[in-house]
Amino acid sequence: MNGPAGTGPSGGVAVRFKDVFSIIGPPMIGPSSSHTAGAARIGRAARQLFGPLPKRADVIFYGSFAATYEGHGTYAAIVGGLLDMATDDVRLPDSLAIAEQSGMQADAITGKGLFPHPNTAELHLYADAGDEKPAFTLVGTSIGGGNIEIVDIDGFKVKMTGNYPTLVIQNADAPGMIAIVARLLQQHGINIGTMSVDRKSRSGEAMMVLETDEDFPPTLRGELAAYDEIHSVRFVHIT
Amino acid sequence: MHFRTLRQLAEQAEAAGLSIGRYMLQEQAGESGKTPAEEFQQMATYYGIMKDAVRRGLTEDTTSRSGLTGQDAKRILAYRGGAATPSVEVPPIAGAAPGADASPGAKATLGAGSPPHAEAPLGAEVPPGGHTLLGDEASLAMSYALAVSEVNASMGRIIATPTAGSCGIIPGVFVSCQERFGWSDEDMTHGLFAAGAIGYVIANNSFVSGAEGGCQAEVGSAIGMAAGALADMRGAKPTQAIHAVGLALKNSLGLVCDPVGGLVEVPCIVRNGFGAVTALAAADMALAGVRSVIPSDEVVQVMLEVGTAMPDTLRETARGGLAQTPTGQQIMKDLRKKK
Repeated sequence: MNGPAGTGPSGGVAVRFKDVFSIIGPPMIGPSSSHTAGAARIGRAARQLFGPLPKRADVIFYGSFAATYEGHGTYAAIVGGLLDMATDDVRLPDSLAIAEQSGMQADAITGKGLFPHPNTAELHLYADAGDEKPAFTLVGTSIGGGNIEIVDIDGFKVKMTGNYPTLVIQNADAPGMIAIVARLLQQHGINIGTMSVDRKSRSGEAMMVLETDEDFPPTLRGELAAYDEIHSVRFVHIT
Repeated sequence: MHFRTLRQLAEQAEAAGLSIGRYMLQEQAGESGKTPAEEFQQMATYYGIMKDAVRRGLTEDTTSRSGLTGQDAKRILAYRGGAATPSVEVPPIAGAAPGADASPGAKATLGAGSPPHAEAPLGAEVPPGGHTLLGDEASLAMSYALAVSEVNASMGRIIATPTAGSCGIIPGVFVSCQERFGWSDEDMTHGLFAAGAIGYVIANNSFVSGAEGGCQAEVGSAIGMAAGALADMRGAKPTQAIHAVGLALKNSLGLVCDPVGGLVEVPCIVRNGFGAVTALAAADMALAGVRSVIPSDEVVQVMLEVGTAMPDTLRETARGGLAQTPTGQQIMKDLRKKK
């Protein structure tokens, strides 16, 4: 279980909550920070990673999410996030109707099996409503006070909080890929705060997720995409 | 941040000759790379949203989506004999008992020149004012805390402090104390940094979500944050203010998260009202020199231990506790039917 750090007062384990505004905040539409605001942020991260409005979304709930998603409005919040709404967007309570008008079909599903945290949601996004396989998948956990951890993107194990400008790159697993990305960021004066990497297999597809202290310049996407080994470049901004 | 424990926080603030709130503002700016002025402005905006939530909870319809809760803040205010405050102008409501402001307990709080006194908003039987057992100040804090939690339950805009389930406690005591002591918005914003510093330590050494650690992690943390911040704002030395945190947390250890129907309504809202009162009490204890014999950092560890030992049924799953009482089950059934 991806639970609390559990360190003693001397504490050597990484902090889960980075700053004062992860405690005081976010501004949000009620009723629950973990089941509404955090859920909206998980949905919004998925939307920004996927790009366009998906034609269909399966929202699969686990743990406490599965037990209480109706009462807390968790489902409406995730759908609102998929519509790219922020946590304090006054349209959040009406997101299901707005999704329907916008042409996104959504379903809430109770998940079975193991899950990484009591508040876990898995999203399957489809480019077309009739598609058999989702075009994008994501697993997110809501750890309290509107803070989230995205733990899986398209089957890659990652670590992403959404608290910083985030760069998600899918690339060939080859020597020097991290160096290429790091050098480009260095040239733009961008500091990397956290980074997680994973791959499907040796020399197969790989993903890196970088959380940075500075915003990305508009030219960065093209500079990265110029490398053949880099297959996709995505940005997430849900701070 | 340069601190991981409450003790480190207090000692570092004292060494810097700063209150906890002012020290945290510095630390926050160091962490984010933004200027202290920018960070301060963001927090000031949040305080504005809190005050607005108090006002809305006392003036607007706060019936929750389920219909289970709402208007309790107004009930407290009416029973109390009315509150007239600079930030909260409660409009007179038709059918209310006239002359409520003439009652002995209907004393205006600070800064009231010609305050529009609140009248019975629900047309309830209002006894002559001044009958609260708590007294004016604590009952006002309680009603403000309920107001914000009711706004949350009716899907209004709030600031999670540290969570939405516990969003009433800090605004409840902050807004009422601001009126009482004549504190400026700037003072209050520093106070929020103090509350945030305390919450930062609790969250990183324990938890702040009901699903992980029960209600003690949400309402309990908020009370500890509010108590420590109030003591800090009242001029306690940081090491003294930190005692308020441990004193408060000890009183909510073991509190389970058992929301009826899975809604942030019952018992969450009234727990925010109680929480505001407890925060005032814990701050007063610390200001009087009462110490938390078990140091506050060790109490935080106990919260972690107790929360980890809590069964799933009592951690925000609505599968135990109040949620599974005969009445709780009936409410859940009725809600399903209503859909």
